[in-house]
Amino acid sequence: MTATELSPTGSALAEGAAAIKAPPGVLRVAWRMWRTKIGALIVLFLVLLSIFGRFIAPYGEREAVGLPFKPSGQTRKPTLFGSAKLGHDVWTRFLYGGGPILKSAVLATLLALVGGTIIGLTAAYNRRRLDDVLMRIMDVILAMPQIITALVVIAMFGATVKLIVLTVGISTIPRIARVVRGAAVSIVERDFVAAAESLGEPRWRILAFELLPNVAAPLLVEATLRLTFSIGVISGIAFLGFTPDLGAANWGLMINENRQGFNGGVQPWGVILPVVAIALLTIGTGLMGDGLSRAAAGIDRNKGDA
Amino acid sequence: MARSLGVPKFIARRLLLGVVTMVIVSIVVFSATQLLPGDAASAILGRNATKKSLDALTKQLGLDKPAVTQYLHWLKGIVTGNPGKSYAAKVPITSYISDRVVNSLFLLFLASIFSIPISLWLGQYSARNRDTTSDGILSNVMLGLASVPEYVIGMILIAVFSVRVWHLLPAVSVIDIGKAPWTDMKGLILPTITLVLGAVPYIARTTRASLIEVLESDYVEMARLKGAPEKTVMWRHAFPNALGPVFQVIALNIAYFAAGVIIVESLFNYPGIGLTLRDAIKVRDIPVIQFLVVTLAAVYVLTNIAADVATVLVTPRIRTRLA
Repeated sequence: MTATELSPTGSALAEGAAAIKAPPGVLRVAWRMWRTKIGALIVLFLVLLSIFGRFIAPYGEREAVGLPFKPSGQTRKPTLFGSAKLGHDVWTRFLYGGGPILKSAVLATLLALVGGTIIGLTAAYNRRRLDDVLMRIMDVILAMPQIITALVVIAMFGATVKLIVLTVGISTIPRIARVVRGAAVSIVERDFVAAAESLGEPRWRILAFELLPNVAAPLLVEATLRLTFSIGVISGIAFLGFTPDLGAANWGLMINENRQGFNGGVQPWGVILPVVAIALLTIGTGLMGDGLSRAAAGIDRNKGDA
Repeated sequence: MARSLGVPKFIARRLLLGVVTMVIVSIVVFSATQLLPGDAASAILGRNATKKSLDALTKQLGLDKPAVTQYLHWLKGIVTGNPGKSYAAKVPITSYISDRVVNSLFLLFLASIFSIPISLWLGQYSARNRDTTSDGILSNVMLGLASVPEYVIGMILIAVFSVRVWHLLPAVSVIDIGKAPWTDMKGLILPTITLVLGAVPYIARTTRASLIEVLESDYVEMARLKGAPEKTVMWRHAFPNALGPVFQVIALNIAYFAAGVIIVESLFNYPGIGLTLRDAIKVRDIPVIQFLVVTLAAVYVLTNIAADVATVLVTPRIRTRLA
C-alpha cells in the first residue's frame, strides 16, 4: 500500500485507493438487502446452535433413552422428539449433529479460498507458461466430480476429518482459482500495477496489495457459493454413510440412519429435524451469496455508468 | 478455404486436450487406488489376513510388478473393454455393471428430457419479465433449489409424496437386476424429479443472464424498431444468440448428473452405477471403483468438449475468429 501512495503517477494513486476501498463497499451494499440479512440471521442461528447446542442438550451424545424409533411419549426417559436409531435422544443428537458438518465445510472452504486465490493471482500475473500449466492442472482436478473424488479418497484412506477437509478443499481450489484469475487478468494490465512494478515491488506484494483488493468482491461471492456447495458435499458424504465416527451425531448421517422410523411413519423427527436444518443452513448461505453477488454486480454497473 | 479449416482444427485440439486430461486422470486414479503397498490384496482378504496369503494374492494380482507395467496392463484392459473382475462379485466388471449402466442412462435420459426444456423456458420467461414480481419469485425459488443439497430435496419429496402427506409414489425403486428400468416407471418418478429440481436452477439462471445480455444488444433493439413482434424478437433474434453459454451449462448439467446419480440412486435405492459405486467403495472393490470413476470422469470430459464444440458452431463470432 505504501508503494501506491509513493507512486509517481497521480492517476495510479487514485485508482489504487479507490480499488482498496471496494471490498467493504460490497459488504455494506449487500447488508442493505433483506436477503443478506435474513441469510446471515439464519446462518448465525444455526452456527450458534451447532457450537453451543451441546450445552443445552438434555442427554449425552451416545446416551440411550429407550428403545429405537419411539415417539416422545414412549421412551424410558422423557424426550422432546422421541428416540432415534439405537435408542438415542433425537433432540440431543440434533444439537450435536451440526458441528462436524459446519466445521469441516468452513475449513474446506477456507483452504480452497487461500489456495485458489494464490493460484488464480499467480496465473493471472505471470501469464504465458506458468498460467497455462496451472490452469491445465486445475482442469484435471475439475475433470472429476467433487463428490466422486472425495469418495475415492475416503475409500482408500478412510473417512477422517482431516482427509475430508483436504479433499473437498483441494477439489474446490480450481473453481475459485478460475474466478480469481478471470477477475485479475484485466487488472494486471492496469497502470497502478505497472507503477508498482517500476518501483521494484516484490511479486508477492503486488499480488497481495495491488491485485487481491481488486478481486475481493467476486472472490467473496464465489467463496460464499463454495461454502454452500461444501456443506452439500460434506453432509452428502455423511448421508452416504461415510463419516469419521459412525457413533457420533451428524445431520447427514442422521437422515440416513433414521429413515426406517421415518418411512414406517412412527418416528419422523429423526429425519425432519436434520433435513430442515440442512435446508435452512444452505438457503441461508445461498441468500448471503446472492446478496453479495447482487451488490457486486450493482457496484460494477455503477462504475460502468460513471 | 481458411475459414473451414478453423473449426476442425479447434475440434482436434480440444479432443487432444481431452485425451491428455483423461490420461492424467487415469494415472491419478490408478496410483491412488492401486499402488499403495498391499492395499488391494489386504482389501480383498480383510484385516486378519496372514502375511503368506497376502503375498500369494499380491503375486496373483500382479501387484508385485513395476508400477508402469501394472498401469499399462490396466489401461489396456479398460480401453479394449475388458477391465477385469470385480473383487466382491467375482464376475467380469462388464457383465456386472452392464444392466446398471442401462438403468443409470435411462434415469439420466428421463431427467434431461424434462430439465432442459423446462429450464430453457423458465429462463426465457424470467428474462422477458425481468425485474417483475414473477421474475423475483422465480429467482428466489431457483436460489433455494440451487442451494439445498439434492438428497435433502429428495427426502422432502419422499416425505410429501410417499410416506408422510400422501402415499402416491414408492420411496424406493424395486427394479431387479436383469429387468429393464422402464418396467417400474412409478419408481422412477421421484428420482427423476429430484435430479430435475437439482439441475433446473443452473440452466434457468444462466439462460436468463445470457438472454438479458442479448436483449440489451443493438440488433435486438433494431429488430424491435423495425416493428418485429416481441415473440419473433425473442425466438428468432435473441434466443439463438444466447445459446452459446446455455450449451455450456447443459453440458455442466449432464456432468452434474454424472455426480448426482451417486446421491440420488443411493437415496432411492435405484440400481444404477451410482449405487454400485457407493457399494464398491463400502467393500473396497478396487477394480470396480477404478473403472466407474474413470468412466464417470470420461463422461464429464466428453460432455465438456461437446459443449465447447457446440458453442463454437452456434457462435459465428468465434467461428470467424478461429479461421
